[in-house]
Amino acid sequence: MMSNSRCGAFAGLGWCTTLLIVLAPFVAGATTVEEDMVWTGGLRSAYFGDRAIAQSDDLIILNVPKRAEDAAIVPISITAQIPQTDEQYIQTIYLFIDKNPGPLIGKFRFTPKSGRADLTFRVRVNAYSPIRAIAETNDGELSMSRRFIKATGGCSAPAGSDLDAAMARLGKIKLKTNSVLQLAEPILAQLMISHPNLSGMQMNQVTQLYAPAHFVRHVKVSFDGEEVFSAETGFGISENPSFRFFFVPESEGELTAEITDTKGLQFSQTLQVVPTEGQDAVRN
Amino acid sequence: MPGHQRKTSAPRAVILQLSCGFCALSWGAGPPPAQESCAPSSNVVEIAAGVYVRPGHAAVVFEGDELANIGFVIGDRCVAVVDTGGSLAEGRAFDCAIREVTDRPVCYVINTHVHPDHLLGNLAFERPGVEFIGHAKLPRALALRGDVYLERASAYEGRALDESIFVFPDRTVTGTVQLDIGDRVLTVRAHKTAHTDHDISVVDEKTKIAFLGDLLFLEHIPVIDGSINGWIGELEAMTDESLAYVVPGHGPTHASWPLAAGPTARYLADLRQNVGAWIGSGGDLASAQDNIDLARPEDWRLADRYHRRNVGAAYAELEWEEWQE
Repeated sequence: MMSNSRCGAFAGLGWCTTLLIVLAPFVAGATTVEEDMVWTGGLRSAYFGDRAIAQSDDLIILNVPKRAEDAAIVPISITAQIPQTDEQYIQTIYLFIDKNPGPLIGKFRFTPKSGRADLTFRVRVNAYSPIRAIAETNDGELSMSRRFIKATGGCSAPAGSDLDAAMARLGKIKLKTNSVLQLAEPILAQLMISHPNLSGMQMNQVTQLYAPAHFVRHVKVSFDGEEVFSAETGFGISENPSFRFFFVPESEGELTAEITDTKGLQFSQTLQVVPTEGQDAVRN
Repeated sequence: MPGHQRKTSAPRAVILQLSCGFCALSWGAGPPPAQESCAPSSNVVEIAAGVYVRPGHAAVVFEGDELANIGFVIGDRCVAVVDTGGSLAEGRAFDCAIREVTDRPVCYVINTHVHPDHLLGNLAFERPGVEFIGHAKLPRALALRGDVYLERASAYEGRALDESIFVFPDRTVTGTVQLDIGDRVLTVRAHKTAHTDHDISVVDEKTKIAFLGDLLFLEHIPVIDGSINGWIGELEAMTDESLAYVVPGHGPTHASWPLAAGPTARYLADLRQNVGAWIGSGGDLASAQDNIDLARPEDWRLADRYHRRNVGAAYAELEWEEWQE
């Protein structure tokens, strides 16, 4: 039997869903005002104080599925509506899922060398919730693209259907890019990290204790030493984190990904980027 | 095989009500029986001598009752139950149906995997003399998903449930274990990761009928919650086994083997090929879900509810392999 302290054991990490049960009736058919209670009730001010945040799709557009079939792997993409130039660029994109235990899913940084501040990745969604991407430009403007997500696949494993396989492959990295037909143009790249991204709920059957959370904390991708994309992430990112992003190779060079997880484990991978013809390894 | 449908006749129902009401009082486990009784008891079908199936019907978990095929086998000594249904009430109705056909006590409850439509009836059987058996990885799966199940089961049943609804196995299995229920031996086998990472199958050696749990789907679209590669491998490995009939986790009460493996195996193979090609062409997960449409509603029930999910699960697994366009 599960002990009664179980909920308390990870209430701090919040997958304990008592609060969500309470909120669920309000969410069904709720107005935006009710949906946004978590955001307006403290989440917003905790991260942005009283700074103005435009709510529009003019700067970035957040794309989420209408209904997420599998709450453990919900594909998310963010499309920037401006190019990255030295004069004006998107510096940071924050992704929040209000009702997740850790609402800030990730903080993603871009540079002019990103070319485009587009990003595709996958998240865990704990309940019906608003989901919001907030972009901050280099001149400090904030703009939010907001959606509402219906995750109905809560019966799936919150952290991986085959945990042992995931642990065995921990740290394996795949880094690939689209064909580089022309230098100095934005090129789409994909970074895949084999990591279970444990949320801290995994019970050790021998000790009956919960294993501490163990997830990818920091991702940095640079081209010839210059940062093109980086991320600070939590366990709201799905198992085996996968990011698609752009970078601009001004010349032939090395694309390097460096990953650090919450146990301080470090992984890295380097890819030679040379102009080639041929099949695209990655496409939008 | 001459399967005859057992229906609860009126006088019998009265007797069952009395006997099960007494049992419920003496069990002591779970919520008080209140007005719980043996009426209605579930319909069960005898698919071979001493082998019974309570047929399920296709619906999404927590959107209906009696979804999975669950069953039991009667030995000279006692009864082994394979899966218990989706709620305490469903488990009790199933227990009543068992009492309707035999006086022998239930001695084993074997859980094929963690999914609530198969396992949440466990509490109805928690009493002295009943040993719960599951895969070695079942406790972890149940611990991991418990909160979500509790929330959803509470919402579905419209009452606040607590963690007592989860009955963990008393004995876990790696490899195979044989259970003697009296002049009848059951082989309980723990599988490699397939439908889930903790699937169990049960073969009645007397009739060579296998309860495959959700390793096998018929009519109801297969649902991947483990590994598409692993599942394809396990089905392939089982093809050569000489079984008279198999009981799928969803679909008809029984079907012949290995013919019955065809639809599930073909769907998984098609999915693997199509998703692999999509990955090879550089497409992302969301576009794969939007474009790979090979589960036709006329072929599979609930295709609209589970196929996109399967594409996502397959994609996440297969993207670690090298694929050509």
